[in-house]
Amino acid sequence: MEQGKVQRHTISVLVDNEAGVLARVIGLFSGRGYNIESLTVAEVDNQAHFSRITVVTSGTPMIIEQIKNQLRRLVPVHRVTDLTLDGPSLERELVLVKVHGSGEKRVESLRIADIFRARVVDSTIESFVFEMTGSTEKLNAFINLMQPLGLVEVSRTGVVAIARGAEAI
Amino acid sequence: MASEPILGAEIIVKALIDQGVEVIFGYPGGAVLPLYDALFKQNQIKHILVRHEQAAVHAAEGYARSTGKVGVVLVTSGPGATNAVTGLTDALMDSIPIVCLTGQVPTHLIGNDAFQEADTTGITRPCTKHNYLVKSVDDLSRTIHEAFHVTRSGRPGPVVVDLPKDVQQTSGTYTNHAGERHRSYNPPVKPDRQQVEAAIALMAGAKKPLFYIGGGVVNSGPAATQLLVDFIRLTGFPCTQTLMGLGAFPGSDPLSLGMLGMHGMYEANWAMHDCDVMINIGARFDDRVTGKVSAFAPNSKKIHVDIDPSSINKNVRVDVPVVGDVGHVVEEMMRIWKARQIRPDAKALSAWWEQINKWRGRDCLKYKQDGEIIKPQYALERLYAAMKDRDYYITTEVGQHQMWAAQFLKFEKPQHWMTSGGLGTMGYGLPAATGVQVAHPDSLVIDVAGEASIMMNIQELSTLVQYRLPVKVFILNNRWMGMVRQWQELLHGGRYSESYSDALPDFVKLADAFGAHGLRATKTSELDGIIKQMIDIKGPVIVDVAVDEKENCFPMIPSGAAHNEMLLGPEDQSAKPISEEGMVLV
Ligand SMILES: Cc1cc2nc3c(=O)[nH]c(=O)nc-3n(C[C@H](O)[C@H](O)[C@H](O)COP(=O)(O)OP(=O)(O)OC[C@H]3O[C@@H](n4cnc5c(N)ncnc54)[C@H](O)[C@@H]3O)c2cc1C
Ligand SMILES: Cc1ncc(C[n+]2csc(CCOP(=O)(O)OP(=O)(O)O)c2C)c(N)n1
Ligand SMILES: [Mg+2]
Repeated sequence: MEQGKVQRHTISVLVDNEAGVLARVIGLFSGRGYNIESLTVAEVDNQAHFSRITVVTSGTPMIIEQIKNQLRRLVPVHRVTDLTLDGPSLERELVLVKVHGSGEKRVESLRIADIFRARVVDSTIESFVFEMTGSTEKLNAFINLMQPLGLVEVSRTGVVAIARGAEAI
Repeated sequence: MASEPILGAEIIVKALIDQGVEVIFGYPGGAVLPLYDALFKQNQIKHILVRHEQAAVHAAEGYARSTGKVGVVLVTSGPGATNAVTGLTDALMDSIPIVCLTGQVPTHLIGNDAFQEADTTGITRPCTKHNYLVKSVDDLSRTIHEAFHVTRSGRPGPVVVDLPKDVQQTSGTYTNHAGERHRSYNPPVKPDRQQVEAAIALMAGAKKPLFYIGGGVVNSGPAATQLLVDFIRLTGFPCTQTLMGLGAFPGSDPLSLGMLGMHGMYEANWAMHDCDVMINIGARFDDRVTGKVSAFAPNSKKIHVDIDPSSINKNVRVDVPVVGDVGHVVEEMMRIWKARQIRPDAKALSAWWEQINKWRGRDCLKYKQDGEIIKPQYALERLYAAMKDRDYYITTEVGQHQMWAAQFLKFEKPQHWMTSGGLGTMGYGLPAATGVQVAHPDSLVIDVAGEASIMMNIQELSTLVQYRLPVKVFILNNRWMGMVRQWQELLHGGRYSESYSDALPDFVKLADAFGAHGLRATKTSELDGIIKQMIDIKGPVIVDVAVDEKENCFPMIPSGAAHNEMLLGPEDQSAKPISEEGMVLV
């Protein structure tokens, strides 16, 4: 198969919200050996019963083209958009970070959270849970900084994304 | 169009009738008893009782491929559904339209490990084009009609509808949804005009053009196929076919180079290697065809016409993709070609044909028939001579005999050649022939078989006898899994691990036991007489042809090699050792 540079793409898939639709999408990725770096899914239109699946994947341009074409031929799929290619877009992710510590480290974690605009959503005498939204990179940076300060657990949503501007995709 | 409430099972049967279904291939069981009861009470749809659910699907495939209609299958839950999986996968790989109805345990027991429960939609998700679990009788009419829409639209493929028993037994209203537009799945058939223009521009300037046509042409139907044949003749370009495309262009036309690929013709593969413009119509650059991709038609510009965008740029990058149905695309190509009054470069084209005729001169299918031991190729040549003026349909099993059949039998029309190409399913041929014979009761239907493959669905002889279907099974009995032995010879130092067909049954007695006719030919001198008898006998016949055990199938492109490295025969001096890269390929 043709070589080419492996690139990261964010693909937005509008699907019927019906039983098994997520299994079809995931099965397609695992069955054909495509990468999933992140995947999110939720209903976005409860009248039309549409869900949006946002997949972050990586591959050569030929593989990315394949992924999109394979997704498009699934019966419950209405639209497939490559947010990485089709104009500017926004990506956000939410993370909950639990940090355990006391003294200087505890104070330092609060200070950094402040800089990152993370919110404290739970606290005990020995711990915090921070909530933060942002790009994947920003979340990674925050998590890395929390590592030496007593990070014990991370839970993140995966990427959701949308195109910039007035148009709907 | 809504009517009085009727049982779910009756709704299903009504929907089938409204879809024009005439025959169902199936096997009953607890979870489909209501449906069998509804079938019992009507007389518009005929049911063919097979002897194994895999065979039901292959029979429906044979029926579908030889008529262009949708094949319909009905099986019970659990083992009925799991037995159908190989057939479904086969139909998926070869783009055959099948609707398979499976019984399911009642909705309130789903997930309980109930008796004969299997997660049918889970199991069949990767081996169907689409599948449904119908949880309410209110969804029945729409779902059955939608299944037919999905299976035949765009690139055809099998669709499973899983039907819990309580849904079959609940009353509901039937609505005819036939012909309705689907909310999301409506694959376009008309091509982009500019892409067709670009394709014609490339073709007009070609010096060494080649049509490479495949199963997609057959899928597009006989009218589209005829249009393509006319167009190819108008251009005067050579045309090679894939295994799935045999019959899409008349095999005896001088423009035909025959099959290409691993066991394809020398002239077809060399033409592929040397062409400057390749026009792929409804073929999918399968690895059996391309050989080593990096050395595949290295100096060509490639046009690819396919209804499925995911077939394009999958294995081979092309220059002009044209997404659309063969019929619509060729119509447009023909129109532009004529409107522009395109005259291809006559001098270049005649030099190209001169070269092609030199390759033809190598006579790549040459074999030596001396003595009384029947060469498999000879048996097929004699079979072809006896059948060629009749209305014949051929199915095959999988192995050397399949390749020899592709090489030595010619097809002038589409839909007359049924073989398992993509999955390569041994056991396909006999049930497929059953389906073909059901659709064409008065035609000569022959399953060209190997002695190992035929054992995989031999029980279907019972089906033939029950419905008096006069299918002929022509076994090229070499007492080996010949194709396996050939690879072991080539790749594994002649260590013939488990590839000998030991303890074979006496096929003549076996035919007799089933109530069919059995014949045997062991010498060349017996062959013509036996073939004549086989054709003359009114019922199903098994012919056991004892052929040379050691014959191998040539030409052959060894795995991992390029088209211009093909071997012509066992003594071919150009043979190179197989690369490590080639050793891992299938
Ligand atoms: C033992 C063995 C050996 C084999 N050796 C060879 C060999 O030497 N040579 C060979 O050719 N094959 C060989 N095969 C078969 C091979 O594995 C493939 O099945 C075959 O090459 C595929 O044929 P195809 O490209 O025509 O595609 P198909 O599988 O027939 O696919 C059809 C293509 O057409 C498209 N299509 C469908 N409908 C339409 C439409 N209406 N309009 C436009 N496009 C449409 C589909 O999207 C698809 O891309 C062998 C198989 C076996 C078991
Ligand atoms: C269901 C299945 N199992 C295994 C194979 C692998 N296989 C391919 S050809 C072949 C041997 C076929 O032998 P036979 O039917 O006698 O045909 P021959 O090659 O001798 O003509 C085998 C085992 C297959 N294609 N299908
Ligand atoms: Mg054999």
